[in-house]
Amino acid sequence: MKRFTQLIAELDQTTSTSRKTAALERYFHEVPEADRVWTIALFTHRRPKRAVNTAQLRSWTAEIAGLPLWMVEECWHIAGDLSETMAALLPDAPPESETESAQVNSLAAYLDEMSTWKEKTPEYARTFIEKAWRELDKESRFVFNKFITGGFRVGVSDKLLQQALARVLNRETAEIALCLSGNWTPQNSTWETLFFAETEDESRPYPFYLAYALEQDLQQLGNPTEWQAEWKWDGIRGQLVARNGKVHLWSRGEELISDSFPELSQSPLFSQMNAVLDGEIIAWENDAPLPFQLLQSRLGRKRITAGILQKAPVIFLAYDLLEWEREDFRSRSLAERRQTLEKLWEQSPGKEWRLSPALAFNNWNELSALKNAAREHLAEGLMLKKRDSPYQSGRRRGAWWKWKTDPYTVDAVMIYAQRGHGRRAGLYTDFTFAVYDSQRQLVPFAKAYSGLTDAEFEEINRWIKDHTRESFGPVRSVDAELVFELAFEGIGESKRHKSGVAVRFPRIVRWRKDKKVNEINSLEDLRQLIRKS
Amino acid sequence: MLIRFTDKGFYCEQGDFYIDPWKPVHRAVITHAHSDHARPGNAHYLAHRISAPVLRLRLGRDISLETLEYGEVLHMNGVELSLHPAGHIPGSAQVRVAFGKEVWVISGDYKLENDGLSTPFEPIPCTHFVSECTFGLPLFRWKPQELVFADMLAWVDGLRQEGKNAFIHAYSLGKAQRLIHALHQAGANIRVHGAVHNTNLALREAGLPIPDVLPVSAGQPIEPGSVIIAPGSAAETSWTKRFEPYAEASASGWMAMRGTRRWMNAERGFPLSDHADWDSLLQAIQLSGASQVFVTHGYTELFCRYLREHLQLDAHVVSTRFTGETANHSEEAPEE
Ligand SMILES: [Zn+2]
Repeated sequence: MKRFTQLIAELDQTTSTSRKTAALERYFHEVPEADRVWTIALFTHRRPKRAVNTAQLRSWTAEIAGLPLWMVEECWHIAGDLSETMAALLPDAPPESETESAQVNSLAAYLDEMSTWKEKTPEYARTFIEKAWRELDKESRFVFNKFITGGFRVGVSDKLLQQALARVLNRETAEIALCLSGNWTPQNSTWETLFFAETEDESRPYPFYLAYALEQDLQQLGNPTEWQAEWKWDGIRGQLVARNGKVHLWSRGEELISDSFPELSQSPLFSQMNAVLDGEIIAWENDAPLPFQLLQSRLGRKRITAGILQKAPVIFLAYDLLEWEREDFRSRSLAERRQTLEKLWEQSPGKEWRLSPALAFNNWNELSALKNAAREHLAEGLMLKKRDSPYQSGRRRGAWWKWKTDPYTVDAVMIYAQRGHGRRAGLYTDFTFAVYDSQRQLVPFAKAYSGLTDAEFEEINRWIKDHTRESFGPVRSVDAELVFELAFEGIGESKRHKSGVAVRFPRIVRWRKDKKVNEINSLEDLRQLIRKS
Repeated sequence: MLIRFTDKGFYCEQGDFYIDPWKPVHRAVITHAHSDHARPGNAHYLAHRISAPVLRLRLGRDISLETLEYGEVLHMNGVELSLHPAGHIPGSAQVRVAFGKEVWVISGDYKLENDGLSTPFEPIPCTHFVSECTFGLPLFRWKPQELVFADMLAWVDGLRQEGKNAFIHAYSLGKAQRLIHALHQAGANIRVHGAVHNTNLALREAGLPIPDVLPVSAGQPIEPGSVIIAPGSAAETSWTKRFEPYAEASASGWMAMRGTRRWMNAERGFPLSDHADWDSLLQAIQLSGASQVFVTHGYTELFCRYLREHLQLDAHVVSTRFTGETANHSEEAPEE
């Protein structure tokens, strides 16, 4: 636990990527395997859920610290963070005593213990928590409190973690990405099963291949016949993994979303397939897409009722084949993969899926005309894919490009919320949004008000109450988690803004519940928009 | 009551003097030379000997200033007046005022930890104790300064290995010298802002062992791996360009809270304060043995409520114009 706390401090205290990677590498070399597995779990959004009621924690803190409860609450209000407040108020551990248990040093010992609390009494949890508070120093107490309140987050990107592990294990980052994807938990996995397993997990998806926005003139792409064009669909990117009679559906954030789309994951048609498809989950009816909001209503629900299935029907629009008959197809050319995909469609057609059509064009002018017509087809633009390209992992330039109709939309994360005026006084309606800079730090660049429904405002306001980091006057800084698509009329350079860019008339296009903060755009993307405008 | 709380400051009518007044008066007793306690425009000043050169630097060469040693007693119309170490910064004093059965101690700003440079705090028994409470919440409990300096030196060392300078924001009077003292002993190469340099000269004149460190403006180039110490207000100006590449840190009690650290955008924050933390405030109040306690500047309402409800003390809030430690060290204006 102490070593993990030290790692968090090291990561917190530097903005340099190489120093962060080095800190992670040192850490993985030093700690036992169980701690390594838990650390990876924590850094890949597999953090433990809140294990105890926070009102109880506050009253235990007051009791142990010998403070009146009101003082604990006032301190919480001032510090803005309960875990930090409790860590600061509780008495310090006696300096390095002989009796220090081995547990103080083990991260897994604490986390394994916490995962058993569901089946135990609150008194049991209390005894454990109080012991932990007694034996940990202030910094470790803070991290421990983040665990038990379910609020642990850390600024390590998947890429950074993968790079560090690749160096520790002397393997390729893509291999590591594959090992870390999927539905594992620290309870059912070990260092051995994660990285050295002989039998592959049947549900495991491949890392997604992601495209950058087109940066150059079409002419520079060379011969049009070398390229395949498809609509850029306005759905949710997904991977359908059908192996040995079981179907799993993964989102681009590598979240398992099978339960949200039973008509796909429980389809007998797919379960008889032995293939991994890359494509788009999209709301669809009568040969045409339905608005994105309908699809949104399907996400994050515990139960999908017959009513919802009828109101928001979805299909899987396939555009690539990554595996067939248990053979990895990713190194083959797109042309070959497409041919096999078409064969698969002929073998098993069905209402659950379709092929995303390859669009016919003879020259770049015809392609431009297609792009301009994209909105009429309820698409966001075009995807351009080189026919001879393999299926790569991660976001890459060169062989895949996305070419959106409206150049002025970006995905950004909300970091501040401010109370509104007039009709919505009392509600948080004015939001500040940020994108990543080259150091993966969030930089605010736009404020936007309009564009959400009342129901969405209400939901976001409830979320803000539970995710406030600090409040100053009418403003709250919130956890950087909610992703929104923003549109604006113009963009230019600005010396006045910290980000160096200023946008005109920003508005919220929609709330992207399907996206995570590591999928938002970067400052570099914004600068490219300036160059293009 | 021997001391009255007026709109000009704390007033002793029997002795006819004010303590740290915020409006000009005839006679001002000054606890210490920070600008929220020592203001210009008073006819006569009385302060500790060590404060004198800094007061003249800040308020003018020609002010009318009388000085006392710690413990030396002055009689003013039957009132006993004396100064006692407050441990806040060099020359800082608690003011003891006694007449008849009443003994008041106005403690100004104080801390209990011995910083190695300021004369350490001495508890003075009294009937009425006036205490600051800048950090009067249990959130604030300082680590011993050796531990903080060890962290700071490790940070400076790491930067030196990368060929970077360390730029530390600190008050030019008190905190700056405390840092210089510690970092110089550890062999750091230190350069200071002009405001810090002038304060160093004044304190050396008062007899303090302040190491001879160069101001930034001195001709010599800044060696990579140096430590630059400047008030926070200098950090927002183009003055800092010449230190690139550098990393910034702030040394302040506020750095104990993660929120203020992020809000200030400091890469590193070292929780180091010249003010008493929660435990010290309670200890000082207890040691004073006072039957009445008055709390000024800081988390006054919450601190006072705790004293009343939890410790059953006869405590009251007094509003003043003192600011204590601000989170961005904005007390001093840059002079370069
Ligand atoms: Zn002061």
